[in-house]
Amino acid sequence: MPTLNDYLILSAILFAIGTAGVFVRRNLITILLSIEIMLNAVNLSFVAFGRSLGSPNGQIIVFFVMTVAAAEAAVGLAIVIGLFRHRESLNPDSFTSLKW
Amino acid sequence: MTLFYLFGAVAVIASLLVIAQRNPIYSVLLLIAAFGALSGLYVLLDAPFVAVIQIIVYAGAIMVLFLFVVMLLNAPHEETEHDEKVHPLRRPGPMRFGAALAVALVVELLWALTRDGGEPAAFEAPAVSSVRTIGHVLFTDYAFAFEVTSLLIIAAMVGAVVLAKRDSHSGGASAPPM
Repeated sequence: MPTLNDYLILSAILFAIGTAGVFVRRNLITILLSIEIMLNAVNLSFVAFGRSLGSPNGQIIVFFVMTVAAAEAAVGLAIVIGLFRHRESLNPDSFTSLKW
Repeated sequence: MTLFYLFGAVAVIASLLVIAQRNPIYSVLLLIAAFGALSGLYVLLDAPFVAVIQIIVYAGAIMVLFLFVVMLLNAPHEETEHDEKVHPLRRPGPMRFGAALAVALVVELLWALTRDGGEPAAFEAPAVSSVRTIGHVLFTDYAFAFEVTSLLIIAAMVGAVVLAKRDSHSGGASAPPM
């Protein structure tokens, strides 16, 4: 049987993949997808901890995380659409007007 | 254990391919595959409720939203002309920093998780998998958070509509007000 550590290691690997995606990719949509990967890695560790403790709280927190992820995706994609209308580009390097 | 490795391998490989793709559409589709594998892992963890809402909400709603946006924006490919020529180690700072950060994160977490000598055991606590229990806790202990969540959704919905709305004076064919 897989143990708690196995799930946590898998969750850590997925989270690191998401982190790498945020930094390495030059595409706003892929960056949002990487954030989703990170959120799911955290969800996995929540469920694994909840299973390990025999508590339903882990699954309930996942429910809330998914809600926040849905809201984040909706607002983030709306912002991406707005940015794309301005610059015809999805490269985050082309949105540097606020850079000091 | 075999199923765990199978689902885990699918999740990791699909996630790696998500951030390796140039075309966002393939990224979205691969992420759906990764979410399917994660849903299998939730089943292995005796959490069928989470497994089902992972498929319905994440793969079914959020990813379809992404897919809509990718197709709406005509899926512009990433500008690759300077990326292709430059060796990965000589790319601009944030990319190197991000890759190094990811490797450091993995090493650190693996070290932290394997350092403790206690023999890891399979889960001994009884599984809480019934939707009835989850719903009961959700609507008693977490009732306030649940209600606040609905406010969050409303705010996100209104915000998305406002942000994505065309300016009425720049584009003549603006959507009718809802």
